[in-house]
Amino acid sequence: MMLTRFLFEKIDRAGWIFLVLLGLAAVLVPVLNLAVPPGSAFHVSNTAVGLWGKYMTYALLALAVDLVWGYCGILSLGHGAFFALGGYAMGMYLMRQIGPRGVYSHPTLPDFMVFLNWKELPFTWWGFSSFPYAMLMVGLVPGILAFVFGWFAFRSRVTGVYLSIITQALTYALMLAFFRNDMGFGGNNGLTDFKDILGFNIQSQTTRAVLFSLSVLALMAGYLVARAIVTSKAGKILIAVRDAEARTRFLGYRVENYKLFVWTVSAVMAGIAGALYVPQVGIINPSEFSPANSIETIVWVAVGGRGTLVGAALGAGVVNFAKSWFTGAFPQGWLFALGGLFVFVTLFLPKGIVGTFTEWWRTRAAKREPPASAAAEQPAQ
Amino acid sequence: MNDPIQRPLLVIAALIAALAGLLAPASAQDNAALVQRFATENFGEIANAVNALATSGSERASPVIEALRDSRLVYRQGDRAVFIRQADGSFADAATGAAADAGATRPVRLNNNVRRAIEAAMGALTLMHPDARRRAAAAEAVFKSRDAGALAALTQAIGQERDTRVKRLMEEARAAIVVADASAPDADRITAIGVIQRRGDQDALAMLGSLPANTTASVREAAETATATIRRSLAFWEAGQNVWYGLSLGSVLLLAAIGLAITFGVMGVINMAHGEMVMIGAYTTFVVQQAIRAIAPGLMDASLFIALPMAFLVAGAIGVAIERLIIRHLYGRALETLLATWGVSLILQQAVRSWFGPTNREVTTPSWMSGSFEIGNLAITANRLAIIVFAGLVFAALLMFLKRTPFGLQTRAVTQNRRMAGAMGIRTNWVDALTFGLGSGIAGLAGVALSQIDNVSPNLGQGYIIDSFMVVVFGGVGNLWGTLVGAMTLGIANKFLEPYAGAVLGKILLLVFIILFIQKRPRGLFALKGRAVE
Repeated sequence: MMLTRFLFEKIDRAGWIFLVLLGLAAVLVPVLNLAVPPGSAFHVSNTAVGLWGKYMTYALLALAVDLVWGYCGILSLGHGAFFALGGYAMGMYLMRQIGPRGVYSHPTLPDFMVFLNWKELPFTWWGFSSFPYAMLMVGLVPGILAFVFGWFAFRSRVTGVYLSIITQALTYALMLAFFRNDMGFGGNNGLTDFKDILGFNIQSQTTRAVLFSLSVLALMAGYLVARAIVTSKAGKILIAVRDAEARTRFLGYRVENYKLFVWTVSAVMAGIAGALYVPQVGIINPSEFSPANSIETIVWVAVGGRGTLVGAALGAGVVNFAKSWFTGAFPQGWLFALGGLFVFVTLFLPKGIVGTFTEWWRTRAAKREPPASAAAEQPAQ
Repeated sequence: MNDPIQRPLLVIAALIAALAGLLAPASAQDNAALVQRFATENFGEIANAVNALATSGSERASPVIEALRDSRLVYRQGDRAVFIRQADGSFADAATGAAADAGATRPVRLNNNVRRAIEAAMGALTLMHPDARRRAAAAEAVFKSRDAGALAALTQAIGQERDTRVKRLMEEARAAIVVADASAPDADRITAIGVIQRRGDQDALAMLGSLPANTTASVREAAETATATIRRSLAFWEAGQNVWYGLSLGSVLLLAAIGLAITFGVMGVINMAHGEMVMIGAYTTFVVQQAIRAIAPGLMDASLFIALPMAFLVAGAIGVAIERLIIRHLYGRALETLLATWGVSLILQQAVRSWFGPTNREVTTPSWMSGSFEIGNLAITANRLAIIVFAGLVFAALLMFLKRTPFGLQTRAVTQNRRMAGAMGIRTNWVDALTFGLGSGIAGLAGVALSQIDNVSPNLGQGYIIDSFMVVVFGGVGNLWGTLVGAMTLGIANKFLEPYAGAVLGKILLLVFIILFIQKRPRGLFALKGRAVE
């Protein structure tokens, strides 16, 4: 009951289109990939499934970034850290699943630990052979890190550019830390050579198709959660914080608590995205923490449309699709294109694709029927 | 060797060598006897042969022992004739140095015992070398080997030595021999410990720590006191060394961050393309040097002085262009500016990569910037010193510029209160463009300096940008002193953490420290106060 009411009251038209398209993709893509023979025009290739599965997890990450940036004005240059932490939690589970099938055939220790001459599993790895525990960590590790970080930062009223810089420092510090072999997370090479997940072979096309569908479902769930947050009363406060933080505080709201809540939710979402990303690409290494990755995520959101949720996911898909195409067609050109995109979007398309389109649609509708109710939902900044 | 023409030539050469052997003075016969002792399989005999040859004063001692060290000494089993294999594969008679036909030979073999003997012998032989550096190295070798056999040679060398530094080294070497000799009188050994204490480095510590077993208590006591003194002075010098390295790193950070601090302070804009301005400065140095090499190679030593204004102008012009074309349209949207300038940085990086290639470019260091000198135990390299001095000059010049010129006054006014400054008739957008140009130009200057100590590659700027941010947020904006204190604190803290935590962990600790520090002082160490801040 609650859910249907929520669905019909809080989801706008763009949201419906988004959800329906995703729902179709979740069902049709695996069918077209597995059941339709490769020669057919309707066949979806294995590469496409892998690629778009990856984009779906990127879209979930972009959604998480949009939640804090688009609705709360927190420009995080470190969301890649939460994504990577979720990925590492999943990677650790997958490493433990290898069991004695590693190169050194050690019954418990992953290959790199045998290589480093370690005698037993460090405490950070305890419990990761259990899937439920690993899934708990996928959410808990980024969530707790974000909570502690946000607790200090928001309470001390670190805002704007300063906050952006220290989030960047956070992911940079984590990157340096994970590069160290002593950390026990595979150092430079990270975690790879996964064999299976919950007993299913990770290389098999069926598993990959299922992972694709799960990524799509996670994206849909992420969208519903984010939408529920931003359309709630708390969501209104978040938008108020974004537009006039000091004023909201003077009105008596505990600004830091609202920020902390949405920040933590966003980090958990990013962690889940990372956990879905790792089994599909088959590797996680410290370069996922690199500050440049986090900044790239920002441009997905900016391109799609900040503060629109649907736009963030769309932006992730469009930019990454362009990246795949560019790096194939003009390897030299990709950085020019990406750099140009940053400049172009901030200068000429501040509302992104979806924002600009919605605006155009509304002004057209307003012309048709004069008493328009143009609900202000765009960022004022 | 199978060349048919070469063989008769070699025979003739051997005949001449034999004749020369007949006509040579008696010493040549001695040489032959000394050298023949090497033709054996017994390692002890070989070591004795080394000692005998080294102390004979023969002019063949040095080449033969060197050949032995490099495994080039061979002998013929039949007549025990010893030869030296030359670099080109031919053989020379070890006793005379004349070319010879060796035939089937086997090498004179080495073990550690023989190697020690060689080392000591070489040490003694080169104590009289005409080159002061060789003599100094020989004295060091004796100091380390403490070979009592070198004592006579050493005493003789000290008597002849003119160079005070080499003489001191030789005296230390002699003291080391005396200290290590348990049969020497206690008084002599204690005096010698005093000499070694004055040397005061790790080698001296090692020397005093390995006294022979049958050493008397009074000597041991003197050695222990000396060890404690040396340790204290070493700790002092180590701290000094850390401060020096820290200042050097801090200067680099200061150069990279100070331009960023200006633009951030005045305009509230975080310029993510700042690192690329540094990189462009470094590439300007490369281009200037290429031009000088082509046009006037004699000016190479002055190339940096030509590169400095060029780098300032090039990076400054690019900065002004970025401000006019992009940043101007984004005022009041600090976070968007961050994204746009990140885009610019990607474009600049890729442009340089396409233009100059992705590999490192070679930048020449002028002769006056290479070399080093010592203050106490502190090794000071000229390029680090030059960068510290340069950073200081840039800082002072900038400070004077902002405090003493009309443009500086206007800049400070805009920093403090943009709208009020505008109301007083200051053209704020003009100030913005020039400030951005100035900040970028200084980044270009930093690039010239960094080209001397870092690899000139398209990624040069990326390596410094995060550190520069840390300096700026730590020091606080709108205050150059904050940047100075921030850069030096981070530089020195980094170098003091490195020995304990390692370079990477040290850096992580600093990043965590800054994250925590920002919680305490959200606007940095030297924050601007007042209504304009919010």
